Amino acid sequence: MSTAATTVIEVRTAPHLHSGRSVDQIMRHVVYALLPMCFYSVWLFGISAAALIATTTAACVLIEHWSCRLAGRETSIGDFSVVITGMLLGLTLPPGLPLWMAVVGAFIAVAPGKMTFGGLGFNVFNPALVGRAFLQAAFPAAITTYTPAMALNRFSQFIPTSLATPFLKAAPLKDWIAQVRVDGFTGATPLMLQKFEHVTTDPWTLFIGTRAGSSGETSALLILLGGGYLIARKMMDWRIPAAMLLGALLTGGAYYLSNPVKYPSPLFVLFSGGLMLGALFMATDPVASPVTPRGMWIYGLLMGLITVLIRFEGGLPEGVMYAILLGNALSPLIDRLTQPRTYGEGKRMFAKEATTR
Amino acid sequence: MSDQVSCHTTGAPEITAEGSPFLNGLWKQNPVFVMVLGMCPTLAITNSVRNAVSMGLATTFVMVVSYGLISMIRKLIPKQVRIATYIAILAMAVTVVDFLVKAVSIPIYLALGAYIPLIVSNCLTLERAEAYAGKQPVVKSMLDGLGMGFGFTLALTMLGAVREVLGAGTFLGVHVFSKNFEPWVLFLLPPGGFISLAMWLLFFAAWRERSAKRATERVEAQTGMAGAVEARA
Repeated sequence: MSTAATTVIEVRTAPHLHSGRSVDQIMRHVVYALLPMCFYSVWLFGISAAALIATTTAACVLIEHWSCRLAGRETSIGDFSVVITGMLLGLTLPPGLPLWMAVVGAFIAVAPGKMTFGGLGFNVFNPALVGRAFLQAAFPAAITTYTPAMALNRFSQFIPTSLATPFLKAAPLKDWIAQVRVDGFTGATPLMLQKFEHVTTDPWTLFIGTRAGSSGETSALLILLGGGYLIARKMMDWRIPAAMLLGALLTGGAYYLSNPVKYPSPLFVLFSGGLMLGALFMATDPVASPVTPRGMWIYGLLMGLITVLIRFEGGLPEGVMYAILLGNALSPLIDRLTQPRTYGEGKRMFAKEATTR
Repeated sequence: MSDQVSCHTTGAPEITAEGSPFLNGLWKQNPVFVMVLGMCPTLAITNSVRNAVSMGLATTFVMVVSYGLISMIRKLIPKQVRIATYIAILAMAVTVVDFLVKAVSIPIYLALGAYIPLIVSNCLTLERAEAYAGKQPVVKSMLDGLGMGFGFTLALTMLGAVREVLGAGTFLGVHVFSKNFEPWVLFLLPPGGFISLAMWLLFFAAWRERSAKRATERVEAQTGMAGAVEARA
């Protein structure tokens, strides 16, 4: 400012304001927001979770690099989006999943899920969820095998299934779980307990996250903190997570009011399973979600509704993944239907055609 | 595919005239990998090699027999009712196959289920009748049916091999890996059909592109050399 007195008025052409944010900067901040969850999951599940997240991330990055080389173009791993895909994939898988399956999932997520569409900006679905959906369909048993949190020796010992030989069945975990289990922790996730054994975990445990589950979905608190950071930095739109959580809350509430004995409280619905992680970090994938504000609300509410419908009416304990994939598939349509009216145009949606005729 | 669509209206010969009709169907114009016809059985019953081979052979039989008949009477069929006539003839051959499979092996018959009667409405069988057998002499038509049928069988077997090996860890019921193989359940389900078909199509597309590139390189090298020789002269 000391030179202000001597500066003549500076004239420049528009634009005068620069956002100063590029894709890789935003993506890097998403990575920062995901890190607390990764550390927490390592604390909860031990070195198996660390190995899982590291494997998926490394595999995703390598596969993207390799696909770019195969397509004869410059590598796109520098934009950090594939790091997020890898971390999210690791965070949505059960900590004891055999690592070779994690590599298969990473391959499906990046090669067909992202690169065949043309890379970042062209993928129809959230790549991490494509990989997870493939694993769910290919290995239904392995991906629903959860291990208890806070197991003994978790920092010195892998969960035995993690290191299973590729293509071979892993040994059953029952004996191992009985050996290392700490009182009060079971291998079943709260949603499984609720659905199959009618035991409801209290919302506080779910909020803090000392429970079994996929490696990164356990702590609602950390997910909200990470998501809140991104929202505060305006790197993520608050409408999608808000709409999705509201949709789940309303649908869960309606079920609860209709039969409080059979269905869990709406708070349980909100904090259990992968809903938090899905709503804040997967549904908000900027490529595969709608861009109009009204569209975001429709998209989020719809996904919340479908999540709860799958949980309560379907055969699976958790439905967030399919809800988000369905939402992704619908988002171009939602975008089309919620185009804002240009100023000066008629009130009706198809007025444009009427005037041109 | 666009070539194929145009052949409906302008007639097949310009595509199929070169080379023998048998080799043409078997590889160059493979019904599944090149023309992408007959997707219904291709995706539905290739979950094991045995099913794939039996389906392919059943279709081959139907095509050879009915194309011979269609070609024989091709000049007698009024143009307006030719499709109906083709279907009647195909249905006759399919009925024979239906009984034949039932007589040979009940397990295969049960596994193929509704897909044997559905050979009638398989777009591959009808397309070849319309595009080839209805216009060409008897022997050529039968050879075309045989080539297309074997091409179809080959493609189905390739798909079935991927799906059986990954989905069950076996090939024709024999364990490929150890008995402890972790099956990729997905590949036995319908989406597995789509995924394996996509993988084969991708493989062939890449292969074709590479060989085309090599061919142009070879031509360029030759012309380049010729140019050099001329320059020297």
